[in-house]
Formats: sequence, C-alpha cells, structure tokens
Amino acid sequence: MIARFAREKRGIEVVGHGALRNTGRVATADVVLTTSGLKGVTLYEPTELVMSARSGTPIYEIESILAARGQMLSFEPVDLGPATGAPGGALSIGGVFATNFSGSRRISAGSARDNLLGVRAVNGRGELFKSGGRVMKNVAGLDVARGLTGSWGTLAVMTEVTFKVAPLPQTMQTLAFVGLPDDLAIEALNIAMATPLEISGAVHLPKNCVDRLKVPKLKGVGQSLTLLRLETFATSIDERREKLKVALKVYGKPIELDAEDTFSLWSEFRTLSMMPFSTETSLWRISTLPTKAPEIVAAIQKFMDVVAFYDWSGALIWLEVPAAADAGAADVRRAVAVRGGHATLIRAEPEIRNTVEVFEPLKPEIERLTRGIKSAFDPSGLLNRGRMYANF
Amino acid sequence: MPHIELPEPDVGVLRRLPILIEGLKSRVGQDLLIVDEDGRRAYETDAFTAYRRVPMLVVLPRTTEEVSKILKYCHENDVKVIPRGAGTSLCGGSLPTEDAIVLCISKMNRVIEIDYANRLARLEAGITNLQITAEVAAGGFFYAPDPSSQLACTLAGNLAMNSGGAHCLKYGVTTHNVLGVKMVLIDGTVVEIGGSALERNGYDLLSLVIGSEGQLGVITEATVKLVPSPEGARPMMIGFRSPEAAGSCVSAIIAAGIIPVAIEYMDHAAIEVCEAFAGAGYPLDAEALLIVEVEGSEAEIGILLGRIAEIAARFDPKTVQISSDADQSARIWAGRKAAFGAIGRISDYLCMDGTIPLAQLPHALTRISQICAEYGLKVANIFHAGDGNLHPLILYDANSPEEAERAELAGEAILKLCVELGGCLTGEHGVGIEKRELMTTQFTPTDLAVQMRIKTVFDPTWRLNPAKVFPLAITNVMRAGDAASTPEAA
Ligand SMILES: Cc1cc2nc3c(=O)[nH]c(=O)nc-3n(C[C@H](O)[C@H](O)[C@H](O)COP(=O)(O)OP(=O)(O)OC[C@H]3O[C@@H](n4cnc5c(N)ncnc54)[C@H](O)[C@@H]3O)c2cc1C
Ligand SMILES: Cc1cc2nc3c(=O)[nH]c(=O)nc-3n(C[C@H](O)[C@H](O)[C@H](O)COP(=O)(O)OP(=O)(O)OC[C@H]3O[C@@H](n4cnc5c(N)ncnc54)[C@H](O)[C@@H]3O)c2cc1C
Repeated sequence: MIARFAREKRGIEVVGHGALRNTGRVATADVVLTTSGLKGVTLYEPTELVMSARSGTPIYEIESILAARGQMLSFEPVDLGPATGAPGGALSIGGVFATNFSGSRRISAGSARDNLLGVRAVNGRGELFKSGGRVMKNVAGLDVARGLTGSWGTLAVMTEVTFKVAPLPQTMQTLAFVGLPDDLAIEALNIAMATPLEISGAVHLPKNCVDRLKVPKLKGVGQSLTLLRLETFATSIDERREKLKVALKVYGKPIELDAEDTFSLWSEFRTLSMMPFSTETSLWRISTLPTKAPEIVAAIQKFMDVVAFYDWSGALIWLEVPAAADAGAADVRRAVAVRGGHATLIRAEPEIRNTVEVFEPLKPEIERLTRGIKSAFDPSGLLNRGRMYANF
Repeated sequence: MPHIELPEPDVGVLRRLPILIEGLKSRVGQDLLIVDEDGRRAYETDAFTAYRRVPMLVVLPRTTEEVSKILKYCHENDVKVIPRGAGTSLCGGSLPTEDAIVLCISKMNRVIEIDYANRLARLEAGITNLQITAEVAAGGFFYAPDPSSQLACTLAGNLAMNSGGAHCLKYGVTTHNVLGVKMVLIDGTVVEIGGSALERNGYDLLSLVIGSEGQLGVITEATVKLVPSPEGARPMMIGFRSPEAAGSCVSAIIAAGIIPVAIEYMDHAAIEVCEAFAGAGYPLDAEALLIVEVEGSEAEIGILLGRIAEIAARFDPKTVQISSDADQSARIWAGRKAAFGAIGRISDYLCMDGTIPLAQLPHALTRISQICAEYGLKVANIFHAGDGNLHPLILYDANSPEEAERAELAGEAILKLCVELGGCLTGEHGVGIEKRELMTTQFTPTDLAVQMRIKTVFDPTWRLNPAKVFPLAITNVMRAGDAASTPEAA
C-alpha cells in the first residue's frame, strides 16, 4: 500500500489507535494509514523472555497475555491518551516504540527502546525490511530497529515488533517521604538510586500535584510527596525497605504503602492522571539531569504557575503550564537550554503546536544528519510529514 | 589458505604517501605519526590473527581536535581510515588495509568527569573497559558491560562493537549503558550524539552509532551510566548429564521469575580445559556445566541460590555446588573469563559468536559437533545461556593453511545454522571481515540497503573502515562512486 502511495507521492499520516494523535506537530497528509488492523501476538516464549506482536496490537491486550504467565512489559509504557484528550487504553505497541515513551520503571528496567529487539517495517519507499531479531543479543549490522524508536512514524511504519519481557515482581511497597522541597527531594531520590536496593520507581510530587492524587492513603496529605518503589521477592522486601529507611533517615519518617496501594498509586502515573486533559493548560515533557531538574522547574515558575511531576529521580519532568500563545515555549526552552536537556511540547491546541517547535530544535550538524536519515528512509517525505519538524 | 578476500591496495594512494605524511605532519605534528615499518607492523592485525595487512601509516591523536584535523585531511585527499582501539576484535574489525591510515585512539584515555550525583561518567574513548570501573569503584559504582577482554579493550571498541559480557543478562550490553558520544565525521565535523540526559532528542542516532563498527565516524568521548555495586554476589555451579538437562534448567529458572546476573554454560571439552587452567573445582565428570550467579545481601543470596538448587534438582544434576567463599568465586569466574586464553594454550582456535533461541540449545550443540566432525575438527562450546549467545571454539592448527581453511568453513556452517534456528550471526563480536559475506544469509538485499544508506549519510564516500560489515561486492559498488545514489533494493 505504501509502495503505491510512494509512487503517487501521496503524503501519509501514520496512526496507531489515536492515543497520541494530539501530540507532536500536526502531520500534513493526503491519506491516513492506521495499523489498527495489524493485530495479534505472533510469538511468545515466556522462558526466553521474548514476545513479537503486530504493531497495531493494543497494549492492554499484550499486558493481559503477559500477566497470565506472570510477566510484564518492564518499561511500563505511559499511556498519554487521557492526558491528551484521546481515550485511555487505546495505545498500540507500535506507537509505544515509535514514541519511546517509557514509564516510571525505566530507571531500573530501561526504556522501551532498551527492550526492543527487532522490527519489521515499511519505509517511505514502500520497502519492507527487518532489523534485529528475537534473540537478546544481536550485533549483526547497524541497529536500525532501535534507531527507529522515537522517530514518531516519520521514517517507517513498523508492522511487527519483537521485544523483551520480564517476570512480574512478587511483591511491592512504596515509601513516601512527606513535605520535602523539590531540591531536597531530588537529592533523597538520588541517594536511594545510588544504593544497590534496585529501586524501581523514584518520583517526586510537589504539593499541588499531590492534591490531584486519587489513592486514598495519600490524597489528603496536603504536602509534597517523595516516593520510592521497591519491587522484589517477598523474602527480600522487608529487608530492603528497612535498609532504605536507614539510608534516608535524615529526610524524615516515611509513610509506608503496601502492595495494593503501591499498585494503584503507580498506575496513576502510567496515565498521568494528575495532569488530565484541559484546554486551559499545556503539557511539557523535559528530559534533563536529575540535579538540574528542580532548578529548571524553579526557573520556569518565576514566569507562570506550574504543576510539576518529577519521574526517574528527576531525569524526567512532566510540566503543566497555563495555556498561552506559545504554550510557554520561550520560557521553558530558555530554562532548559542553560541547564542542559531538552523539552517536548506534549499537549497544546493544534494551532500552537504548528507555530512553536514541538521538539527541541536540533543543532545544525545534527539537523544535517537527521535530514539525511529522513531522506534515506523516506526520500519523498511522505510519512508523517511535518510531524516532528516543520520542514521535513 | 584463509579464504576471505581483501581488496587490492590502491597504488595511487601509496604513491602519494610521502606527500600525505608531510601533509599530516604539518597539521598535527610528527610526534603523532608512526611511519617506520616495525612500528606500523604492530598494527597489522587484531585478535582475528589469520589475516594481516601492514597499514601505510599509523596516527595516534591525543585530542578530538587532532582527530578532526586528521579526518578532514584524509577526506580531502581520498584516503581510507581504520579507526582502532586496542585491536582485540575477534572478527577482523580493526584489520588495516595497506592503503589506509590506522587512526588509533588508545592515547585518548583520560577521565573527563565523574558525576556520582547523576550516576554518570564522561571519558575519553581510549580508556580501557576495566579502568572505568577502577575509577568509580571507590564511589560504590561500576561500569556494567564486562567483556572477557576488559583488561585490554577500549571503550571506543566496546561502543563500536556494542560489546557484551557475562553479566549482560541483568545489566544489558553497551547500548544499554551509554548516554552519549562525541564523534568526528569523516569530513572533520565534530558531533555530539545523545548527551547526558536519559532520553535522546530527535532521532535516536546514538542507537545507530553504537555497534556501527567504525563505519560512521570516529568516537573520541563517551558519557556512560554508572551502576551501584551490588552488596554481594555469589556463583554456584551445577553439573548436568546432558545439554538438554542444562537447557531445561535455564528455562525453569527463568520461568520461576528469577533473573540471575549471569548464567554461563560450558560443555565437557570447555570444562576440562578451564579446570586445568583455573582449578576452580569445575565438575570434570559433567557433560554440561552451568555457572549461575546471583546478587544481593547475604540473606538474599542464600535464599535465591537455595531456590535455584531446588529447581536444578528436578533435572537430575550430577553436582550442585554453591561457591564457599570469595576465593572460590573468584576462581570460578577466572576460569570462565580465561576460557579463550586457556583453550588458546592447548590449540589455535576460531571463536564463533552466533546466537540461538535457548530452546534450540540441545539441537544446536548436536549439529555443531556433527559439522565439526565433518570437517575433521574438534570444538569446545561456551554459551551465555541466559541470552542465547553461543561461542563454539573450533580447534585447529594455524600452521596448516589447509586446516585453517577447514576451520573457517566449519565456522561458516555453524553461523548459518544459528540463523536457520532463529538466531543471528553475531551476538557481541561483530561482523568485521569475518562474517561480511554471510550477512546475506541473515538479511535480504533490502535490509542491507536500508543499513548502507545510513552509512552513506554519515560517510558519503565510504572511506571509513572499508571492506567490512557489508558484502565486499556491494561495498565496492558504493566506493566506486555512486554511494550517494542508493542501491535499488530487490
Ligand atoms: C478504523 C479507523 C479509521 C480511522 N480513520 C481516520 C481518518 O480517516 N482520518 C482521521 O483523521 N482519523 C481516523 N481515525 C482516527 C485515528 O486513527 C486515530 O486518531 C489514530 O489512530 C491516532 O493515532 P496516533 O498516531 O495518534 O497514535 P499512536 O498509536 O499513539 O501513535 C503515536 C505515534 O507513533 C506513530 N506510530 C504508531 N504506530 C506506528 C507504527 N506501527 N509504525 C511507526 N509509527 C507508528 C504515529 O505515527 C504517531 O507518531 C480512524 C481510526 C480508526 C480506528
Ligand atoms: C580474549 C578475548 C575475549 C573477548 N571477550 C569478549 C566478550 O566477552 N564480549 C565481547 O563483546 N567481546 C569480546 N571480545 C572481543 C573484543 O574484545 C571486543 O570487540 C572489544 O570491544 C574490542 O575493543 P578494542 O578496543 O580492542 O577495539 P578494536 O579491536 O581496536 O576495534 C574494534 C572495532 O571498533 C572500531 N573502532 C575502534 N575504535 C573506534 C573509534 N574510536 N571510533 C569508531 N570505531 C572504532 C574498529 O574500527 C573496529 O571495527 C574478546 C576478545 C578477546 C581477544
């Protein structure tokens, strides 16, 4: 089909299930190609920790098949559907790898990209190709499969993806430290991450974000919360919790959450339920060094009211800002530029997404390579044209 | 006679050598150049020693700026460049050609910055793998990928090969442990790919660069993740009566939700040689040995090893032995890590590096024995069982060109078998010259065209590390001039 469009030079918008249609620039296209007909798991070997699925398979379907065998997608993909005005639970597995949006467990289990093993895909020339495979290690030739992650359907349409899966943890607990200012909270999270306790979630929520939580045990705390998740064997968890409390003694006495509350709490983060869809606000995603994160938020806060959610011990900030003509881009980009990292505009009105840069602008020499890669895959610029960058 | 074809040197370039030497001298100074033949001969091969070619010149830059000047000069004067680290490649990845300049970055080995708060280190890429861990051990951290050659091999070589090691089951390979690189393109442009944040901005160019075997640019610096050292670690050894039993035991351990840090497999031949070398107490009467290591506190290690022993008991093991102390643990790993060296003391060998789905292990081992028997050769097998990476070591006599050729042919047959069984040609050693022509068994012409177009974006005239990775006939076409016009896919 793409081969035909390629001959006819018709622009193609690549869509999974619409979960993220409202993110990124608005692609200009003559036709919409949806992978929602490409469904189903094609290979699952629990004892080899590997699964293949057609790219349009909904993520919830994959996760329920895995759960039946006591396994999971360890990178805990975030479903931004609800936060961007689309239905939740619609996210396709192809969309997960095309955006490389991983959840809280990324800090211990790696990103979607890290867990991708192989793809079959069709590029903008209409060629079907494969890269990688079904084995954990594979260094034959260039790693094109991982190179496609984060390309938002602008290089190729993945038709099938093969990825690593992991055992579900036997049990989990959360320690919640109360009332820490952002900088001390990030310090505490990173002290925890430097221990060998295999922390699988390190989140900080300032007070205004805590006020939006749903988990009953934390809902009315009325102060900031600094959250550390432990996931391990039942025989280890108490020992690790006590060690963690000792390591973080100076940050106060934490609230302790059992497995059930832990599960509910971290599920909220997977759909970003604290940052629900609204036309009154815009949403940014900022990747930076943990130690710089509080400074970035503080710098932006000088100019506007924000709600921040720090994940990955501060390496990721989700930032809600008031809707404005440029969605706060000028202030956000300046704050990030001087401290290192990059920011992506996740939610804003379509007119805004097409007038400000949605992705962090590239340095000239990187833009040159990026354009080169785009034209190697899609010389006529048919796939999701304008989705990531205005001119290609 | 080794049968891998190496391109004829370009006599035109060789004739210009005196001018090229003067040109480089004036740009980076005489001190960086190795001109004399004895000096150059030290760079004539890597750890794939059957092939040797003395390069026309060796350059040892100390800074990224010098690398940039050298590459720019080579670009302007149509000279091929072989990036090199320590030269421990097992696939001829850093083998020179006679008309090329070897650009060896082993002098660039400084630590630029260690940032414990953000758990990362910035290093010049010529630093050795083990040195990185040595620099950060006092802070309670380590650099995770641990190739057996870690004492010698450089971070640059690891990045170029996407190297793995015994502990990759838990910690991943190089591509999982790197945040960014500084790289010089063939025209001298210095680019920062990735950075120090966890996520990439824009296309994941870093994924393309890691494992690119010196085809895209010369890496001069890298930012790597630091991992907190475990509280403790301890291996156990389980001896089995058959490869089937050992393979099933690995499956059962994983099915029980336990992911050890390492699961290493050795067959009988490997056990004998390594035991003679290390005296680690490997069970000499076993057909197959698993070394399983877990990490954690003393209590956790005890519980986990106990559960693994229970699982192993279901497969009628000959011996189950948990390492008694740090000294025995060290010897168990010394034996495994020195396996190649130990085997090298009794015979020359070719080290294969295919991967297979775990379920195929018994079948693969039977077929490998058959193949080697057909070629009249012996084989020892070492296997990273947790991630399906098989290292058959084919024993042969390097003094007999005829036997060497048989060994290469047996190796090819084994790699084709791996691909047939659903695996791949190489799990961690790379393609180099060794597996170049076999790429067509794993990839279609379209798959290869997709990769080669990426190479062309970074290195439009195909001057970097020529005659490697892609089948020679295709790369010759690329070099012959129409590199910019991409090949038509089948
Ligand atoms: C049967 C059907 C018909 C539809 N027809 C139309 C229509 O004609 N016009 C219209 O406007 N809407 C249509 N929709 C709605 C539209 O499909 C959804 O809004 C759409 O699925 C949005 O997908 P997404 O790219 O936002 O989502 P996601 O699946 O979340 O994708 C996120 C990103 O990943 C990319 N991506 C997703 N899958 C892949 C893949 N396999 N390979 C590479 N990149 C990928 C996407 O391009 C996008 O950049 C239709 C929906 C259905 C179910
Ligand atoms: C005894 C022994 C055991 C081994 N064990 C393992 C193991 O357990 N796991 C494993 O994965 N490998 C192993 N290897 C293989 C080898 O050590 C690795 O491939 C290693 O990463 C090579 O590093 P090097 O510095 O020696 O690189 P070199 O051999 O010098 O070069 C390797 C490749 O990297 C390229 N390169 C070098 N420097 C640069 C640069 N600056 N920029 C761009 N490209 C560059 C070269 O062109 C070449 O293609 C082993 C080798 C030996 C001899």
